[in-house]
Amino acid sequence: MNYLLLGIVVIIYLIITAFLGYLGYIRTKNATDYLLAGRKTHPVIMALSYGATFISTSAIIGFGAAASIYGFGILWLTFMNIFVGIFIAFALFGIRTRKIGHNLDAHTFPEFLGLRFQSKFLQSAAGLLIFIAMPLYTASVIIGGTQFLSQTLNISYELALFFFVAVVSVYVIMGGLKGVMYTDAFQGTIMFVGMLILVIFTYSKLGGIVESHKALTSLKPEAIKIWGALGHQGWTSMPKFNSVFWWQLVSTIVMGVGIGVLAQPQLTVRFMTVKSGHEINRANLIGGIFILMMTGGAFVVGNLTNVYFYNTLGKISFLAVDKKTDNIIPLFISSAMPQWFTAIFMVTLLAAAMSTLSSQFHTMGSAFGRDFLEKGLNIKTKNPLIVIKIAMGFTVIISTLLAYYLPRFFEQGSAIIAIGTALFFGLCAATFLPMYVGAIFSKRITKAGALGCFWSGLITSLLWMMFVHIKESKPLGIAKMLFGVDSIAKSPVIQNIDPIIIALPVSIIFTIVISLLTKPPSEKFLDKVFKGVN
Amino acid sequence: MWLGLEGFGAFLAFISCFIATIICVVYGIVNWNKPKEDIEEEIKEEIKWEQHDPELSNGGKK
Repeated sequence: MNYLLLGIVVIIYLIITAFLGYLGYIRTKNATDYLLAGRKTHPVIMALSYGATFISTSAIIGFGAAASIYGFGILWLTFMNIFVGIFIAFALFGIRTRKIGHNLDAHTFPEFLGLRFQSKFLQSAAGLLIFIAMPLYTASVIIGGTQFLSQTLNISYELALFFFVAVVSVYVIMGGLKGVMYTDAFQGTIMFVGMLILVIFTYSKLGGIVESHKALTSLKPEAIKIWGALGHQGWTSMPKFNSVFWWQLVSTIVMGVGIGVLAQPQLTVRFMTVKSGHEINRANLIGGIFILMMTGGAFVVGNLTNVYFYNTLGKISFLAVDKKTDNIIPLFISSAMPQWFTAIFMVTLLAAAMSTLSSQFHTMGSAFGRDFLEKGLNIKTKNPLIVIKIAMGFTVIISTLLAYYLPRFFEQGSAIIAIGTALFFGLCAATFLPMYVGAIFSKRITKAGALGCFWSGLITSLLWMMFVHIKESKPLGIAKMLFGVDSIAKSPVIQNIDPIIIALPVSIIFTIVISLLTKPPSEKFLDKVFKGVN
Repeated sequence: MWLGLEGFGAFLAFISCFIATIICVVYGIVNWNKPKEDIEEEIKEEIKWEQHDPELSNGGKK
């Protein structure tokens, strides 16, 4: 690796990011300036900033690696990301969330739920849950970036982790969520271009779209040799219906992440900060294209790494990296792509991580400071902003420690990045989604129904993770301690059913049934909530 | 084989991604200026909302 080239590219990138951050900062001295600046902003900038937050290193490194194992069926997640994560989220959820959020004067996702259902307890409990569970997702994002750095620069994981966290945390703590629109858009553009080059290079290196797909199809016996018993039928077919692989792909990856995105606190809060309703509609256009390129691109490349490694090393990706799957994309980039591209891609990943992490840390900080301490424990401070910043600093430390220990905790070969992300998405879906849908579409969902949703979703998810879903129950070891088994389910199929498949229907039922049995909020309150909402 | 992909499920996933993108693009174009809102009213509403933002210097105190 040419370190000089790499160093220059990274420094140029950081200087531009700092300059854009400063530009955003000086233009937004007060709320009115911020609004006026925002109004003149091109919708492309808006959409790119959404996309950059949505797509992290997890999506590229972690899910790219998952793609190299599960095959083209993982593109159903891209479909879900575009159709549910962009189209439905923007067209159906976005505009209503923005309007209701403004009517209620809500500024965070837990505050939105708390005010909508007139429950301070709900606000603080949701804040606490986000503060506790989100570091796992954040750690996954950090691990993704760190793996790439350590692989590319050929340095130890620990050193790469230190460098990565240092750069990101300076950026995150110095700047707030305000004024990051330009940097987000810049980062989004780099990500888009970086991925476009990667996709074109990969396809052309392997002989074109159809040819490279055919080459992957012909590797089918290699996949069946390793995973045939679990239901793998080659990378260009779906896994066998109702097999272990099918459930992992469909329940954890496609449904868990694909649906979970709707109730992501750091994404929903963005709807409330958007300048006007039609910005959300306009963002649909760019958002769709951006997500197609980022996740579709990463998944296709992840699949095709098998062809490349088989042609060059005589092994499929999983074996080429000695089963450490999170190294697949970094190894592919550093060995198959020209050196200048490795430098560009490093910056792409830095950009992806920085834009996602900044809003994750912001979300965790405000969840703890504003929602839990201020509303939950009723602790009033002179300057809540300081509390939020301290909470942010604390989450940086927790996430870094997780990123340090997680790769040791899980067995080799398990795709930690993808699992960590999927877990958080699944947990959000089960605990928040039914009440969130109820909050913006229905006048009949009550406070008791919302609390029922929260508790039933949370408890069912946790029980399923601790005792049944083997990906968590085995490393957690609670089932082993109490019952002497890794999972209390005997069938390997049931052991691989994701918590979301069980917990989401349970929380939907609880939300509806409890709401029907309890008295709806007053008409006056509902009129205030839905004022101006069609 | 469809586009070199063996299984129909995998091919359908590949194609669906493009169809979903086209839906987003068409929706974005058709609704470019919708919903039409009263700009002045909207700015007033947003200023009120922004003043209570926890990231501003008063820390969102009401």
